Amino acid sequence: MAKLHVELVSPEREIWAGEADMVVAKTIEGEMGILPGHAPVLGVMVDGSVVRVHPADGGEVVAAMVSGGFFSVASNEVSVLAEYAELGGEVDVHAAREEYERVSAQDGDEAAAAQRRARARLRAAGQEV
Amino acid sequence: MGAQLRVVRRRIASTKSMAKITRAQELIASSRIVKAQQRVRESGPYARQITRAISALVSHNVGVGHPLLTERPESNRAAVLLITSDRGFAGGYNANVLREAEGLMTMLREQGKEPIAYIVGRKGVGWYRFREREYADAWTGFSDNPRFEHAETIGRALVGEFSKPVEEGGVGEIHIVYTEFVSMLTQTAQVRRLLPLEIEEADELPEEQSQGALPAYDFEPSASAVLDALLPNYIESRIWHMLLQAAASEHAQRRRAMKSATDNANDVIESLTRVANQARQAEITQEISEIVGGANALAETSAGSE
Repeated sequence: MAKLHVELVSPEREIWAGEADMVVAKTIEGEMGILPGHAPVLGVMVDGSVVRVHPADGGEVVAAMVSGGFFSVASNEVSVLAEYAELGGEVDVHAAREEYERVSAQDGDEAAAAQRRARARLRAAGQEV
Repeated sequence: MGAQLRVVRRRIASTKSMAKITRAQELIASSRIVKAQQRVRESGPYARQITRAISALVSHNVGVGHPLLTERPESNRAAVLLITSDRGFAGGYNANVLREAEGLMTMLREQGKEPIAYIVGRKGVGWYRFREREYADAWTGFSDNPRFEHAETIGRALVGEFSKPVEEGGVGEIHIVYTEFVSMLTQTAQVRRLLPLEIEEADELPEEQSQGALPAYDFEPSASAVLDALLPNYIESRIWHMLLQAAASEHAQRRRAMKSATDNANDVIESLTRVANQARQAEITQEISEIVGGANALAETSAGSE
């Protein structure tokens, strides 16, 4: 079966790259799963969402928190371009939890966005929120 | 010790300590160039992908009439962003950027436009302050090690100026003057127009052009929404690229400036050492002739008394 070639990049560096069976990303209209052979698509991702990549070698699912950005799919090439991205494994869970609780107590649009990002960070790290 | 010798020795000592400082600066800059070049490389994938996505959108004719892509002849104000360094000791780095910017501004004035300066880096700010010229905004403190947030802040500010109505002082175009890192030996000051956008293929990737027509994309949620979300990102990515290039150039030029300063200091030390040796030798010669002269005089007087 054909594989997806995935690149997860932020402006500062490449976060993850490799072969994958499936990529799940969240657009403004909902979650979207991408399998090999998907039609070309450009989608805007939700600020503060989680992208999951199922590696082709059957390894553990790679989860990353992304804030803003978009993904493009074309001929089994998937590029996820995030303005800011962090792999679940790199998240400092304790700090993220504190941050989440701090911003949850606040009101306003800024705080809501920060809360969404903090929640995505925790979920990327495999934590229940 | 004679006065001349003492003075020369003191100068040698101070030149030596100066050489030590410039040598250290040179080494620091060399190690940072590698880091800066690596960051330029790491920013490559993102820049490449976003350029491709934008090209795909534009090839679908989505961008027609988008405010960031259209000329604004009604505004005669033009923003000029100067990317200079925070610290000196970088040879002609800042002078070149400022000269290039002056040329651009003269050209804009000849076209009947009013240039407005935006500055990155303390040296540029200092230059403007000293000449008591006005500038609209400045960002300092990160020229040698920029982070993406800085590009984001600058990008938002500039796009904000561009999106403002003309009556409120909106600008009609945005230019950037920065230093392109061509190679370790060559860095050139460049002028680029940022807005209205001209989508350029990343120059460093010739293989991109051979990929042929872009696939017919679907857009999620819609083409114009994607473009709206993408264009600011693209602009930030362009600015980010320029900040990184400028940082790498700054280190490269500093390294070169410091290398020639160290070489000069070593030359000065060498010639001063010669002068010092000569002075020391002259002193010794003089002492010997004084002793000999004194002994002779003594011998003569004692010979006369006998």
